[in-house]
Amino acid sequence: MAIFLNENSKIIVQGMTGAEGMKHTQRMLAGGSNIVGGVNPRKAGETVTVEGKDLPVFGTVADAMKATGANVSVIFVPPAFAKAAIIEAIDAEIELAVAITEGIPVHDTAEAWAYNVAKGLKTRLIGPNCPGIISPGKSNAGITPSNITGAGPIGLVSKSGTLTYQMMYELRDIGMSTAIGIGGDPIIGTTHIDALAAFQADPETKAIVLIGEIGGDSEEKAAAYIAANVTKPVVAYVAGFTAPEGKTMGHAGAIVSGSAGTAQAKKEAFEAVGVKVGKTPSETAALMREVYANLAK
Amino acid sequence: MDLFEYQARDLFEAYGVPVLQGLIADTPDEAAAAAAKIGGTVVVKAQVQVGGRGKAGGVKVVHNAEEAREKANDILGLDIKGHVVKRVMIAQGAAIDKEFYFSVLLDRSNRTFLSLCSVEGGMEIEQLAVERPEALAKIAVDALEGITDAKALEIAKAGGFNDELAAKVAPVFVKLWNVFKNEDATLVEVNPLVLTKDGDIVALDGKVSLDENAEFRHTDREEVSIAKVDPLEAKAKALNLNYVKLDGSVGVIGNGAGLVMSTLDVVAYAGEKHGGAKPANFLDIGGGASAEVMANGLDVILNDPQVKSVFVNVFGGITACDAVANGIVGALNTLGASATKPLVVRLDGNNVAEGRRILAEYAHPLVTVVETMDEAADKAAELANR
Repeated sequence: MAIFLNENSKIIVQGMTGAEGMKHTQRMLAGGSNIVGGVNPRKAGETVTVEGKDLPVFGTVADAMKATGANVSVIFVPPAFAKAAIIEAIDAEIELAVAITEGIPVHDTAEAWAYNVAKGLKTRLIGPNCPGIISPGKSNAGITPSNITGAGPIGLVSKSGTLTYQMMYELRDIGMSTAIGIGGDPIIGTTHIDALAAFQADPETKAIVLIGEIGGDSEEKAAAYIAANVTKPVVAYVAGFTAPEGKTMGHAGAIVSGSAGTAQAKKEAFEAVGVKVGKTPSETAALMREVYANLAK
Repeated sequence: MDLFEYQARDLFEAYGVPVLQGLIADTPDEAAAAAAKIGGTVVVKAQVQVGGRGKAGGVKVVHNAEEAREKANDILGLDIKGHVVKRVMIAQGAAIDKEFYFSVLLDRSNRTFLSLCSVEGGMEIEQLAVERPEALAKIAVDALEGITDAKALEIAKAGGFNDELAAKVAPVFVKLWNVFKNEDATLVEVNPLVLTKDGDIVALDGKVSLDENAEFRHTDREEVSIAKVDPLEAKAKALNLNYVKLDGSVGVIGNGAGLVMSTLDVVAYAGEKHGGAKPANFLDIGGGASAEVMANGLDVILNDPQVKSVFVNVFGGITACDAVANGIVGALNTLGASATKPLVVRLDGNNVAEGRRILAEYAHPLVTVVETMDEAADKAAELANR
């Protein structure tokens, strides 16, 4: 099972022929993902050989889907062109579009999201500014290293890339159904809640780790959602307790504005609904280990 | 990025939003000259990026050039909540009949834009939202449609404007939307928007925040140098590093915004056992950092006189740990005898064995390699507290 991405996923890469696109296409293929082609209107008709596999380059996402049956697109297009790339994926009604690109203007993401809503949300957008999604042993769409952990019963949803890797590493002895990095931008396509709902419905996922950070109210909303809808155990971690007000901490969305968006408020929201919150990534992993041991009994 | 009031005023003017005359002054003499040029009653307004300047004595009404000089002299150099006033705006006075509120901003929670509007302006908007929430209209603005003439009227009426006033303010709302959209703003706020005794609508004070991710579309913008910029932050920016200066003694360098934020927290917890040692900075060298970026980062941190120890925390996802190790070696070689601060290094992930081998072989007396993040934070805090 896993969520959003599995062994049947056929992946194309928008911006495959660029430096980042090539590097990660190679890494995804080496990790076992089924990459079936790329998109670049200026190189349509060419073939690129990566990891011994011939990958056709198409002019549009729609052409690539028609020729290959692709249902997932990973987007490595530079910020100035990312909105057009996302909208192209939405127009083609691809099931899943994963936007890795960091640094997209928030007006562009807002417009792309409004476009997706107007089109009836036929495409699940993950990101932007995210590491993507990996269902270990099945498929990897994005830049997450494929070999950190194997398949297992834990679902992970995180705003941060490296904290995703860190948590996968901490829990590598148990393994993950799917780890999804939803991205650190103010507007993102898939939220903590979307991932929680999917993990709750996924029979392979037995417990969930949620990683949040300062800024916005995604964690507070997730806490309310867990209280009402999630019966599987959830353990949370929130980064940014020491972040000063009004300073953007690396991620465009990671900013405390006045008393809103603080790590403390998010921690309290989780604890109020019975979700345990780790002080550090290691402590969070230890909490999950405990939860998992109790489940196995 | 927040703009100063005078920059917001200038942007408004460029988009046809009605504003009064406003001239900037960095000295009392310039203030006097500006007041004389505008003539009549003017307001001397401190240019700081923090609220509550009026209560702090940063806004004074004056009636002639001499008074303007005097008040500017008082206000320039004033410390308003840690922001030292380096510039004032001399603004034309207005005979105010009524005060209103309007803003358009990014609504993260609903993944769209939002307009806030009230016929009851003038007071702090947060106060209005708490005391009389029914008086503050909140209208979602579609990112693709924006604020059209019809939408502007809808917002005004929801905000409590009567038909006559709504017809007057709506065109201003449309122009403010144009500022928001074309300048890639995340906030455009006018408080107060006023009706003068002559019956004109005027934006009397404005606040604008711009999206730094959109800077590539606005290369013509001038850099504003009057804000308080930390010299280390300036150096880091020149090196293209993601750096925020904090006030502790443990320098932190890591890869990925989330991991670095987490590292700061872990250092602060560890510091509770070591004399309250705290992180000295946030520094994210990014997902695919090279040896050179690592060396640049160390250069910035080791030049911070407040730093007593450094914690390098890297999980190699795309970044390879051997590149990080080589960066550390390169930086220490460049620094030579001037390197005096202990480095605690925790490496995990991609090529970790090779990274640890490089550091073991280098065997620099200042470098300690520690297995886990928590243990490394503890060690770094302990060293900073010595």
